[in-house]
Amino acid sequence: MSQTSHGIGGLSYDAKKRPWPAEFNVFLALVILVGAFELIGRVFLGDSFLFNTRENVSGIFNEQRLQIIILQVSIVGIIAIGVTQVIICGGIDLSSGSVVGATAMIAMSFAQVATVNGNPNPKAMFIDYGWTDLPVIVPLLVAIGCGLIAGLINGLLIAYTRIPPFIATLGMMVTARGIAKWWSKGQPISFPTDSFAAIGKGLMPVVIFISLAILFQLILTYTKYGKHCYAIGSNEDAARMSGIKIANHKVLVYAIASILASLAAVVLSSKNLTAQAGMGVMYELDAIAMAVIGGVSLSGGRGSIVGTVIGSLIFGVIISGFTFLRLDAYYQEMVKGVIIVGAVVLDQWRQRRRAIGA
Amino acid sequence: MSDIVLKTENLTKHYGGVHALQEANFELRKGEHVAIMGDNGAGKSTFVRQITGVEQRTDGKIWFDGKEVNFSGPIEAREAGIETVFQNLALADDLDVPSNLFLGREKVLFNLGPFSILDRKAMRKATEAALVRTAVKIPNLSSTIRHMSGGQRQCVAIARTATFASKLIIMDEPTAALGVQETAQVENIIRTLKENGEPLILVSHNMRQVFDLVDRIVVFRRGKIVANLRKQDTDGNDIVAYITGAKTGQAELQAA
Repeated sequence: MSQTSHGIGGLSYDAKKRPWPAEFNVFLALVILVGAFELIGRVFLGDSFLFNTRENVSGIFNEQRLQIIILQVSIVGIIAIGVTQVIICGGIDLSSGSVVGATAMIAMSFAQVATVNGNPNPKAMFIDYGWTDLPVIVPLLVAIGCGLIAGLINGLLIAYTRIPPFIATLGMMVTARGIAKWWSKGQPISFPTDSFAAIGKGLMPVVIFISLAILFQLILTYTKYGKHCYAIGSNEDAARMSGIKIANHKVLVYAIASILASLAAVVLSSKNLTAQAGMGVMYELDAIAMAVIGGVSLSGGRGSIVGTVIGSLIFGVIISGFTFLRLDAYYQEMVKGVIIVGAVVLDQWRQRRRAIGA
Repeated sequence: MSDIVLKTENLTKHYGGVHALQEANFELRKGEHVAIMGDNGAGKSTFVRQITGVEQRTDGKIWFDGKEVNFSGPIEAREAGIETVFQNLALADDLDVPSNLFLGREKVLFNLGPFSILDRKAMRKATEAALVRTAVKIPNLSSTIRHMSGGQRQCVAIARTATFASKLIIMDEPTAALGVQETAQVENIIRTLKENGEPLILVSHNMRQVFDLVDRIVVFRRGKIVANLRKQDTDGNDIVAYITGAKTGQAELQAA
């Protein structure tokens, strides 16, 4: 960086005055939100939201609350990573929640133990075939396979029949939920092996979420794949004329999104030690909301995984903050709705202001 | 025959019932700059799209660089050496200058298929060199195209075509949306290309620009080539007469 004070062709350029990255605004919103809960807590409840106020526990921060905040968003966060790259690419994925449901059911039935308390496992799907106590890699591969199939169908439909992503993934949303219910005729699938249960134990969901977030932030920034995501979302015609193979890229994008949803299903069913057909309902919308709050533009081309992660934390802080203030869960949903719409309005407003400034 | 860069024979394109381009016979020689003129819907852009492989022709033949070619897409045409500046710019607004310059042909550090790691430093350096060579002024390479003026965008698009040493450059109305100074800048780039002996097809509505820059003018009207004139053999009124249809019939170039 030797020439930062001068632009190309003799135009002067002050690197210090470049605009803030959008993620910074989102982070600021997170800080303000935490500050607001802290303030309200101190004034009305005489308790701290963020800091440790109990004498019998050590530490500056209320670690328990912080853990809950990140733990409860990490599973939807994994989905949001996939949804982020879909939205950056100019698409949308409504199927992720149902893919979670279907994958949880199917994968869990390959992760069951043979005996529970000395008796044959009453819930085992494939006990007659002897498919019990399988190594953890089997349900994991089954899950990835489920995600891959769902994603390929989404991607191929969108890339080759050119139907809007909204419709294609809506179809998958309904179909995958149907599969989740049909798989065990509505019965929950329980009693996983210890190795499968370890995937979602304790803070493992957080570790998986953060690792995947770092991986995909790097992919989107430093690889051809990432560059092409932004290019396609930004100007699909330009990308096509530049020789990017749009169809192949889209298939890959949706496949990755569904595989991430299926990984979320593994973590979720492992954490809950059971799989149910109703798992993951509305997760797709929560994931989209996290991305949108994190500054990912629904018109494509803009956003980042970092933004989505901060967006997911805002999500977690809101839920946790409302619990802290002992407000009903009904209010959480109402406020969540307002924040999602507000984030999109803010994005539109920012875009318009930028367009005027250009 | 050897110094002919591009030749089309009976090039035809129908969109459903619309005959957008009919039996176009066209030739371009080495180092030659040719303008394509015509009213809106005369078939200029259609002609360009058939040559560059963006669309597939209904009928006819194309020779490029001595070989008959059938481009299945723009990337093939580009690999063969045809660089195009499209009317709608073909830039991605949310990407910075180097990313746009190298869009679709990124420099790569490690090849991992679609997940290949980009060589961002090399692309940045090459971009700086390309912009200096074409005398393009951009304050900040890492800001997105969205933040740039129409002229700067067009210059980035042209710098892209000039960067990748090509056998033929096609510009589809490169100055249509530009101000006076920006237009002058683009025209200077075109003159530089002429000095370097790079052949060019310029689609333009601007009569002054055409007479300033090119050697030969081809007029399209209602999907047909109606005139093919050397600059010194014609004038503005003559060209307008062909464009509007006041003068008809194919005006053929005398064999040189």
